[in-house]
Amino acid sequence: MKKQDSPVWVIAEQIDCQVLAVSFQLIGQARKLAAELGTCVEVVLLGDNISEQARQLIAAGADKVYLGNAPDLAFYQPEIYTEIIVKLAKERRPEIMLIGSTSAGTELAPLIAAGLETGLTAHCIDLLLDENKILISKIPAYGGLLSIICPEKRPQMATIATGVFTSPHPDESRTGEIVPLKVPAELPGRIQTLKVVREEPEGVPLESAPIVVAGGAGAGDRKGWGMIADLAQTLNAALGSTRPAVDEGWTELETMIGQSGKMVSPELYIGVGLSGELQHMVGIVGAKVMVAVNNDAKSQVFEQVDYGIVDDCREFVPVLIEKIKEYREKLVTC
Amino acid sequence: MLKIVVCVKAVPDPKEAHKIKIDPVTKTLMRSDVPLVLNLMDKNAMEAALQLKEQLDAHITVLSMGPPPAGNVVKECLALGADHGYLLTDQAFGGADAYATAYTLAQGIEKIGEYDVVLCGMASSDGSTEWVGPQIATVLKIPVVTRVKELVEYGGQWWQVKAGMENGYRLVRVKLPAVLTVSRELNTPRTLSFSGIIKARKKEITAWGINQLGLPEESVGQKGSPTIVSDLDSLTSRRTVEIISGTREEKAEQLVNKLADAGVI
Ligand SMILES: Cc1cc2nc3c(=O)[nH]c(=O)nc-3n(C[C@H](O)[C@H](O)[C@H](O)COP(=O)(O)OP(=O)(O)OC[C@H]3O[C@@H](n4cnc5c(N)ncnc54)[C@H](O)[C@@H]3O)c2cc1C
Ligand SMILES: Cc1cc2nc3c(=O)[nH]c(=O)nc-3n(C[C@H](O)[C@H](O)[C@H](O)COP(=O)(O)OP(=O)(O)OC[C@H]3O[C@@H](n4cnc5c(N)ncnc54)[C@H](O)[C@@H]3O)c2cc1C
Repeated sequence: MKKQDSPVWVIAEQIDCQVLAVSFQLIGQARKLAAELGTCVEVVLLGDNISEQARQLIAAGADKVYLGNAPDLAFYQPEIYTEIIVKLAKERRPEIMLIGSTSAGTELAPLIAAGLETGLTAHCIDLLLDENKILISKIPAYGGLLSIICPEKRPQMATIATGVFTSPHPDESRTGEIVPLKVPAELPGRIQTLKVVREEPEGVPLESAPIVVAGGAGAGDRKGWGMIADLAQTLNAALGSTRPAVDEGWTELETMIGQSGKMVSPELYIGVGLSGELQHMVGIVGAKVMVAVNNDAKSQVFEQVDYGIVDDCREFVPVLIEKIKEYREKLVTC
Repeated sequence: MLKIVVCVKAVPDPKEAHKIKIDPVTKTLMRSDVPLVLNLMDKNAMEAALQLKEQLDAHITVLSMGPPPAGNVVKECLALGADHGYLLTDQAFGGADAYATAYTLAQGIEKIGEYDVVLCGMASSDGSTEWVGPQIATVLKIPVVTRVKELVEYGGQWWQVKAGMENGYRLVRVKLPAVLTVSRELNTPRTLSFSGIIKARKKEITAWGINQLGLPEESVGQKGSPTIVSDLDSLTSRRTVEIISGTREEKAEQLVNKLADAGVI
C-alpha cells in the first residue's frame, strides 16, 4: 500500500497574475480524490507578485500552497519551472498530479512526467479512483471511452482541459499553509521566454457564448464554411469547428471544440456538416438545446441532438439565415 | 552544417480512422484495414527542414518508429527531399505510450549521432498527446519549444521562435541543440514531385530493432510504458432526436419556431 500522506497535487497556472479557471476547477476535483484517498491537496503556483493568489487557492480547496514568487518566474519558463516542480515532487512524492491542458501546461506536463519517469494521460474527460484507489483517466476514442491507468509509477499524472470540471465555490474561511519556495539564483540558461504577446480574439468567445454554431468537414470548401460563419454571425453566436475544418485551413485552431480543443456549454448548439464524433461531442458540456444539420439521415450525430435537419448544409444554411432574420425583424416590429 | 532530424509518425488515415471502433461485446478494437499515412503536422516539420536546407547548409535525417508499413511514410519524406531515413521497428516496440515512444526515438537519435535540431509535429492525429517532442528533449537533456508557428531568427547557435499560445504567442530564445514541435501555421507543405520520387529510389532506409539500439526489453514498447489501457467502453446515445421534415423553407421556419419556443434565440 502507498503511504496515506502522499498528497494530491495541482500545478496551478497564472497569466498576468490571474490564476486560470482551470486551476480552480482542478483543485475542486483534487479535493474529491483526496477525500477518497484520505490525504490532502497541495498546489504549486509559480509567478511574480502572487501572494494574494495563494490565498485564493486555499479558499478553493488547497491545504498547502507551494509558492514560487520571483521576477524570473513571471511567465512560463520551461526549464526553470520543470526544475523546481520535479525537485519538489521528488521530495513530496505526490500520489496524483493534475495539470491544465493549456499551451503551457501541455508543454510542462510531459517535461515533468519524463523528469519523474512516470506516466501521463491526455484529454481526460473524467478522473476517478478504482477499488484499489488507482486513478482512472477516461479518454474518448474510437466511438467509446478508454480507461487509462498508470499502475506502478508515481505520481499518476493527467492533463485536463478548461471546463471539464466545475469551479468550486471559494470558502474564504478555509485555512491552509503557504510554503515559499526557494528560487535558484542562477537560472538555467538554454531557453528563455522573452515576452508574451496577446492578441485580442475576434468575435464572441466560445467558452462563454450562449449560442455556438459549429461547422465540420461537410462545409465542403471555403465558400461553404463562409455560410456557416454567416449563420454564427446572424445569431450573434461563437463560431466553433471540428478538426477537419481546422486541418483544411478554413478556421483557426482556437475555434476547435472537443477533447483536444475547447469545452463549451451554451444554451444552444448547432452542429453543421459534422458527424458527431465523440472527440468533438465531449466538448459540448450540458448544452440546453442541440441541433444538427447533416445530409446523411443515418449519421450518428442525430443520436446526440434534440432537433435534426437532414439536408445539404450549403443549401439549407442560407435559407435558415433568412428565416432567422425574418424572425428577428418580427420581434422588433411587435 | 546544420544537422536536422525530423521525427515522423505513420498514423491511420484520418479520413478513414472513424472505421476503427470498439466492439461493444468483446471490448476490443475492431481494426478495419485503415491505411497508414504521414501524420499531417509532420508534413509541416518536413517542410520546415526543407526550407532550412534551401537557405542554409543542412542535412536532413528522417526518423520514424512503427510497424514495417511505416517505412512508406519514411520513403515519402525521402521523396520530398530528406537525405537519409531510419525506421525503428521491432515487435518489442509495440504498444508504446508517449514516454516509451519518446525514449525509443531519443535512443535512435543518439545512435544516428550528431544533431542540431530535432523537428516534430505538434501533435499526431491519433494519440494527439503533444508529448513526444518534449519527452524526446528530456531524454536527450536538451531544451524544447512546442507549437512553433514562426522561426524569427535562425542559423546561429541561438534561435528565436514564436510558440503559439491561447490568443497570442510566446517569443522564445533557445540554444541549439533543441527540439522544436511545429504547428500547422508555420508553413504550407509542398507536394511530392515526380523527380523527387525517382531520386528517392536511390536513397536507403536503415531499419533498426531493439538489438541494434542495444536496449533492454523492459525499457521499450508496452513494457516500457508507464500507462496502460485498462478498459474500453462503448457509448450509448444521450438524446432523442426530432427530425424536422418538409420543404427547405418549412424546415428552416419550423426550426426557428422551436428554438424561439425553447427561449434559446
Ligand atoms: C486523439 C484525438 C483527438 C481529437 N480531438 C478532436 C477535437 O478536440 N475536436 C474535434 O472536432 N475533433 C477531434 N478529433 C477528430 C475527430 O475524431 C473527428 O475526426 C472529427 O470530429 C470529425 O469531424 P467532422 O464531423 O467535421 O468530419 P467527418 O467525420 O468527416 O463528418 C462530416 C459530416 O458531414 C456530413 N456532410 C457532408 N457533406 C455535407 C453537406 N453538404 N451538408 C451537410 N452535411 C454534410 C457527412 O454526412 C458527415 O457526417 C480528434 C481525434 C483524435 C484521434
Ligand atoms: C486514443 C489514444 C489515446 C492515447 N492516450 C495516451 C495517454 O494518455 N498517454 C500516453 O502516454 N500515451 C497515450 N497514447 C499513446 C500514444 O499516442 C502513442 O504512444 C504514440 O506512440 C505517441 O504519442 P502521440 O501519438 O500522442 O504523439 P504526439 O506527441 O502527439 O506526436 C507529436 C509528434 O511526435 C513525433 N512522433 C510521435 N510518434 C512518433 C513515432 N512513432 N515515430 C516518429 N515520430 C513520432 C511526430 O513528429 C509527431 O508529429 C494514446 C493513443 C491513442 C490512440
